[in-house]
Amino acid sequence: MATTPASAQDRSAVRSLLRLWPYVRPARVRLFSAAFVAILASCVGLVIPLVLKWMVDGPIAGRDPAGVWLGALYLLLLGLAEALLFGLRRWLVARPLTHVEASMRAGLYRHLQRLPVAFHDRWASGQLLSRGTTDLMLLRQFLAFPLTFLLVNGVTIVVGVVIMLLQDWTLGLVVLVPAVPVMVTCLVFEKRYAQVARRAQDQVGDLTTVVEESVLGVRIIKGFGRHRSQARAFRDLSRTLRGTELRKARLLATIWGVIVTLPEVAIGAALVVGAVRVADGALSAGTLVAFLSTALALRWPVESIGFLLAMSQEAATATERFFEVMDEEVEHRTSEHTASGRPTSERTASEHTASGRTSEHTASGARAGAKDPQDTGLRFHHVRFRYPDAPPGSPPVLEDIDLHIRPGESMALVGATGSGKTTLTALVPRLYELTSGRITLDGKDITELSRQALRAKVAVAFEEPTLFSAAVRDNVLMGAKDTAGTADLERALAVAQAEFVHALPQGTDTQVGEQGLSLSGGQRQRLALARAVVGQPEFLVLDDPLSALDVHTEAAVEAALRQVLADTTALIVAHRPSTVLLADRVALLSGGRIAAVGTHHELLRTNAEYAHLMSGEMSGEEEGAR
Amino acid sequence: MTAATGAPAGNKPGERPGDRPGKSPAATGDPFDQDVLPTPPGATGALLRSLLAPLRARVTVTTLLLLLQQAVVQAGPLLVAYAIDRGVPAFRAQDHGPLIAVGVGYLACALAAGGLQFAFVAAAARVSQDVLLDLRGRIFRHAQALSVDFHERYTSGRLISRSTTDVESLRELLDEGLQELVTVILSFVYISAMLLWLDLGLGGVAVASLVPLYALVRWYQRRAGRVYRARSTAIAAVIVKFVETMNGIRPVRAFRRESANDADFGELNRRHERVNGDALLEMARYVTGSRLVANTAVAAIVLWGAHRVADGTLALGVLAAAVLYLRRLYDPIDRLGMFLNSYQSAAASLEKIAGLLAQTPSVPEPATPRQLPPLESEHPGREVVFDDVRFGYRTGGEVLPAFDLTLPAGQTVAVVGSTGAGKSTLAKLLARFYDPSGGRVLLDGVDLRDLAVPELRRGVVMVTQEAFLFSGTVADNIAIGRPDATREEMEQAAKEIGAHDFITSLPDGYDTDVRKRGGRISAGQRQLVAFARALLADPAVLILDEATSSLDIPGERAVQRAMTTVLKGRTAVVIAHRLSTVEIADRVLVMEHGRIVEDGEPAELIAGTGRFADLHRAWRDSLA
Repeated sequence: MATTPASAQDRSAVRSLLRLWPYVRPARVRLFSAAFVAILASCVGLVIPLVLKWMVDGPIAGRDPAGVWLGALYLLLLGLAEALLFGLRRWLVARPLTHVEASMRAGLYRHLQRLPVAFHDRWASGQLLSRGTTDLMLLRQFLAFPLTFLLVNGVTIVVGVVIMLLQDWTLGLVVLVPAVPVMVTCLVFEKRYAQVARRAQDQVGDLTTVVEESVLGVRIIKGFGRHRSQARAFRDLSRTLRGTELRKARLLATIWGVIVTLPEVAIGAALVVGAVRVADGALSAGTLVAFLSTALALRWPVESIGFLLAMSQEAATATERFFEVMDEEVEHRTSEHTASGRPTSERTASEHTASGRTSEHTASGARAGAKDPQDTGLRFHHVRFRYPDAPPGSPPVLEDIDLHIRPGESMALVGATGSGKTTLTALVPRLYELTSGRITLDGKDITELSRQALRAKVAVAFEEPTLFSAAVRDNVLMGAKDTAGTADLERALAVAQAEFVHALPQGTDTQVGEQGLSLSGGQRQRLALARAVVGQPEFLVLDDPLSALDVHTEAAVEAALRQVLADTTALIVAHRPSTVLLADRVALLSGGRIAAVGTHHELLRTNAEYAHLMSGEMSGEEEGAR
Repeated sequence: MTAATGAPAGNKPGERPGDRPGKSPAATGDPFDQDVLPTPPGATGALLRSLLAPLRARVTVTTLLLLLQQAVVQAGPLLVAYAIDRGVPAFRAQDHGPLIAVGVGYLACALAAGGLQFAFVAAAARVSQDVLLDLRGRIFRHAQALSVDFHERYTSGRLISRSTTDVESLRELLDEGLQELVTVILSFVYISAMLLWLDLGLGGVAVASLVPLYALVRWYQRRAGRVYRARSTAIAAVIVKFVETMNGIRPVRAFRRESANDADFGELNRRHERVNGDALLEMARYVTGSRLVANTAVAAIVLWGAHRVADGTLALGVLAAAVLYLRRLYDPIDRLGMFLNSYQSAAASLEKIAGLLAQTPSVPEPATPRQLPPLESEHPGREVVFDDVRFGYRTGGEVLPAFDLTLPAGQTVAVVGSTGAGKSTLAKLLARFYDPSGGRVLLDGVDLRDLAVPELRRGVVMVTQEAFLFSGTVADNIAIGRPDATREEMEQAAKEIGAHDFITSLPDGYDTDVRKRGGRISAGQRQLVAFARALLADPAVLILDEATSSLDIPGERAVQRAMTTVLKGRTAVVIAHRLSTVEIADRVLVMEHGRIVEDGEPAELIAGTGRFADLHRAWRDSLA
């Protein structure tokens, strides 16, 4: 067992694990000292048999009571040293390693928040969560034990072997014989183990997804009495996982079997050979005792290699899974020319402030310089968009969008279900990147602004009004600058007719969202609207903002919203005439193009498709109304 | 979050919050604010026992394997003693027998140890995987059996962490911990016995050293318990925040919440980091303490043993064997610590799981289910009766005070009224998402509480405004309505509701994965899928709660046209803000403060001067 155990590992596993270095770096001093301390402690443990040998051959054989006392004292001191060193090792790494885990988790979270929305469309959040929890815990454990102990045990084994060889080289060689078969077994099985471990981790992610969906969709499952079939799906998945885990266990059991058997056989051989040589007088009894107790002391380091390697393998898989997400490109900072000067990997915090400042300059400069009325307001120039993960060859969602919303004007966007209205609205705050074409705000291409600056200019109310676990006040004010206060809040609540919040248990300080009071769809929609208008943005994008409101509330919101829209450039997705009438003009989205632009009444008269969308009546078709 | 998975846990829990100030669920004393739900004493232990009980035979076999394995492994030093004390002198006397016996014995032990180790690891994995399978299933089924009310209070993130990280920590206990414990106990027993057998005095000292070790273990257990509970709570908070952010990624981006979220998450993450570090440090203290005791004991025994060898009252081989055993006696102490570790964290997790499993569904399945009477006509509709129904949400205040209503079989009823009037509550009581606090809801004369779930869902199905799609294909999502439906029936349902066209235009038609490439489905389309699902279910009573809110007008009209045929003969309750629904209704109910204030045929009410006439006028105007 003279080899360093690390070499028994799969190369690619080592490469994966090496990627952890940037995260481990801050803890490196502690980690290395801990490894050193652990080696020291192990060596102290190895010296103890030598003291025993000295006692057996010396004071005991020589009936020297003082020597016995001295030997016992040495033993005691060494024992104390060993205990304290082991404690010291743990103390050294405890805080730094939890910090490594936490900083990796924070890094993952930070990165995920900044990955393109298209990435989140693709990835189930259960898979992301399992990377952020289980995988990182595995990594922390790896850094705490396998990493240190692969080194420590390697050194311990080498030192132990050297001690054994020095005491008696024939016996030493006998003990060394099984090293080769043990290594080969490890290599073969670790590779297989790695594959199975990866499969198991992915299956855990799938299971997490089912759990999550079954919780989020519980009303549908209950509504259709499908909890049994859902449970069956869950059971099937968890059975599959069990199968994988059992395969994993069998591989592990094999490794264990080999690692336990072979060294033990060698020790047995050494015992017989040693005893024969003691009988021949070629070896002292003390040496044999010391030799065997050294060999037995090495049993744990050798046996542990099996599971240490297994843990390392799992850690390597966890690392791969972690970097699978971390390697995804975050949204490019800004457009090509502004971004060219700074690498994409730059920390976001500094980017945030820096680009925020620069863009403010450029934006105001552009507005002052924009003389051409054609350039002001919100303009779509030949915008073409296809989802980045759409199958090649499929038609783009938006073919060729040309639309000009003048400053202060509000434009309703009307189109059939699935015509791409929501997609179009998502392009303005750059939640997705255009396939081609440009969108300009006051003549300035949105890709020339930093996303932060762009999103500060453009406020959005989504079709699905999501509230976060925070006070009502915070949920609304997140749409405004940090300086916004109660006055802004009240104004926004008034616009959205969301005064109901004052009647909540703690008024605007009431917690809502996942961890707070659950509000009705209409209530959430009004808060989302308040959030969109609270910052008095230059550009407002509203995606069907009134769909869940009852007629009275809708009328009241419309009245208030009209005031806001009077001097805001707005794009409003609308399904109904009442919402359309909020806007100055209407654009009809059809077949990926803007088919017509005009006032509601104009289009009603001139455009059959529009008339159909607004009245629901097909030309010539009898309506089955009673 | 994909475009496909609608509003996160969005709900419309009646109109309970806003209107009744001063009754805060979040204020004080709500156990749902804590991560640990009230758990009856002993529930954790009972849970563990009930998980292991069905596996008793296999647990026994596994333990036996481990016993044997330990017996074989621990024979080693004995053979060493025999070799030195008997084998060597015999060999000198030209008797090779004893040494050969030692060699053969050692070889046999080595092979047996390896084989048994293999068998044990495999068997133990079976036990632990079966327990996990059982536990995962129980949590899942129980969470699904709990009422909607529970889900509105217990956040999805917490439920997720119950079935992921908490199960994971039990897995660690089973995979490594229990093995450690059994190994530790067995080696203590064996080695103590061996030591006592080798030499009563030396063995006695060794056994005596176990007393301070035991005290140390208890001390550690107490301290670590606290830390581990805190740690499990801390990680649950991290998970909740994580899930919430990922599910709401669009607004997070649009409102530039990234930095603020980083800060919030950072705080939760740091809290977890702190308690996590505390846990590791407790372990460090324990390991140091136990090693100190152990190494002191070794020194003491060697001192005494050496004196006795020097006196000639102890054979050298016995001392050698004793010392070898001693090292082994204390070797597993670290592993005992590991066991305690995983035990503490598993105990904290199990406590939470037990707390969840101890929740009784507030909408329980009947003990002796009744069947619905056979349909009298060829129409699927059934009569619905609200008999003196009272209902209040836990936040207090009665939403429905003494509510009486009869819907004849086959009638289509539109329910209108302002927010907070109790429309959704009515729908949820009829769908049995909640049970009334007083009175009964009857379907063809049978109390809903007496119907088993499959029977109930043949009777009543509700389509809500939130149209959540599960991962899988569009077809899978429609099939939730009736899993045994054929593809033709499914497409027929989609056609009837006007969803067929958009579905066939998706990249893989009905087989398009709603999460994958190009499978983005808009809110309106999701509602159509939800409708098709409900249609496929073919219920006697169909409840539509704001089910067309995201459809455009042609879509809504198409649905309504479909409804006039689909609802024929069926009993239907339609709740909508948009009064276009009324056109398909036979009867309109206007609700206010949990009471019906107007009731009549649509034309009759529109012609009148009541609230509905007002509402209808306002709605007409909104169509402009």
